[in-house]
Amino acid sequence: MLAALVIIFREVLEAGLIIGVVLAASRGVPGRNSAVTLGILAGIVGSAIVALFATRITDAFDGRGQELFVAGILLFAVVMLAWHVVWMAEHAREMTRELRQLSSDVVAGKQSLFALAAAVAIAVMREGSEVVLFMTGIIMQGKDTAGELLFGSAIGLLLGAVVSLALYLGLAAIPLKRMFSVTGVLVTLLAAGLAASAVQQLSNAGFIEVLDTKIWDTSWLLSQDSWIGRVLHVLIGYMDRPTGLQIIAYAVTACTIFALAYWRGSPKPAQSSLSA
Amino acid sequence: MSFRSIGRSIANPLSAFALLCVGMFAASALQLVAFSAHAAEELEIEIKIKDHKFDPAAIKLQAGQRAKLIVKNLDPTPEEFESNDIGFEKIIAGNSEATFRVKPLEPGTYIFFGEFHMDTALGHILVE
Repeated sequence: MLAALVIIFREVLEAGLIIGVVLAASRGVPGRNSAVTLGILAGIVGSAIVALFATRITDAFDGRGQELFVAGILLFAVVMLAWHVVWMAEHAREMTRELRQLSSDVVAGKQSLFALAAAVAIAVMREGSEVVLFMTGIIMQGKDTAGELLFGSAIGLLLGAVVSLALYLGLAAIPLKRMFSVTGVLVTLLAAGLAASAVQQLSNAGFIEVLDTKIWDTSWLLSQDSWIGRVLHVLIGYMDRPTGLQIIAYAVTACTIFALAYWRGSPKPAQSSLSA
Repeated sequence: MSFRSIGRSIANPLSAFALLCVGMFAASALQLVAFSAHAAEELEIEIKIKDHKFDPAAIKLQAGQRAKLIVKNLDPTPEEFESNDIGFEKIIAGNSEATFRVKPLEPGTYIFFGEFHMDTALGHILVE
């Protein structure tokens, strides 16, 4: 039961933190709630499909399919999050310039909503497929009774959801004037962290064989295994033992999104005339 | 949308950041050269998972040696083979195998584990 609780909690938290940030970053965008809900549902369906084909995915490409697959969906998520940040930066400027354009912005907003839903779906799918596989394993073993297993999972799910909600509420408490700058930076770093993870996957599979040794080691200070390390890894891509290429991927992604957002939008955050 | 406008919009902090990247790049390239000097060819090591235990659970490697771990899951249940010390995280379905490439490592102990059965599935790589 405890194993189920801990694993489900961790996976739900990892997906939930991303959802919390994305939700906070899209406050005031019409229709974002249904987009995020749709993303979560799509992610759950995707999890089941990925779990079902786990062996086939792993065996593809000379045993490197899983890394390739994960790297692929991560990079897709990076593009989606980047799109969202840049769109919000543009949107913020338009909002400040003329509020009446809101009706035409809704159309533009729908484009960004797809990115939002896709990013959420990927976050859920990535963690969810592990949950599905872990559960099938436990059920096959029959160690825990079904009731205990369900109880542990439910508690884990609840805890993960509560922590994610706390993060969202914390971000939502930031005054609207400053919130988009904060969440924009947060989503950018989130995307940069995912890009670094994608590089690690490709490097593990042997697709990339340059700059693959660690540059520094801060695991003595803050281990990536610790709860704080994990949360920071999800939120801002903290790595305790990054390779040269991971650092470059992180920096390039962050620089690119910041530059695009700066150039396409205005550094001025939106006025607090948005409905939460 | 000219390059000049892009250039102008990238403020000083960003160029400082880019410089930092270049520095990192150079440092890691140097490290790579130092490592590849005594990196031999890939060594193949097979690890079995049976009853949620690794066999062998202890592996020895030379520093700077590239290795290929072939992890065979003989259990019917899936396992997540993970090492935070090396940076692995991969699911191995029941009755199947997966390959892991170990990059040249510095001397030390690197722990790996099966995340779905942390109580029994534990092992380490000793690099000398």
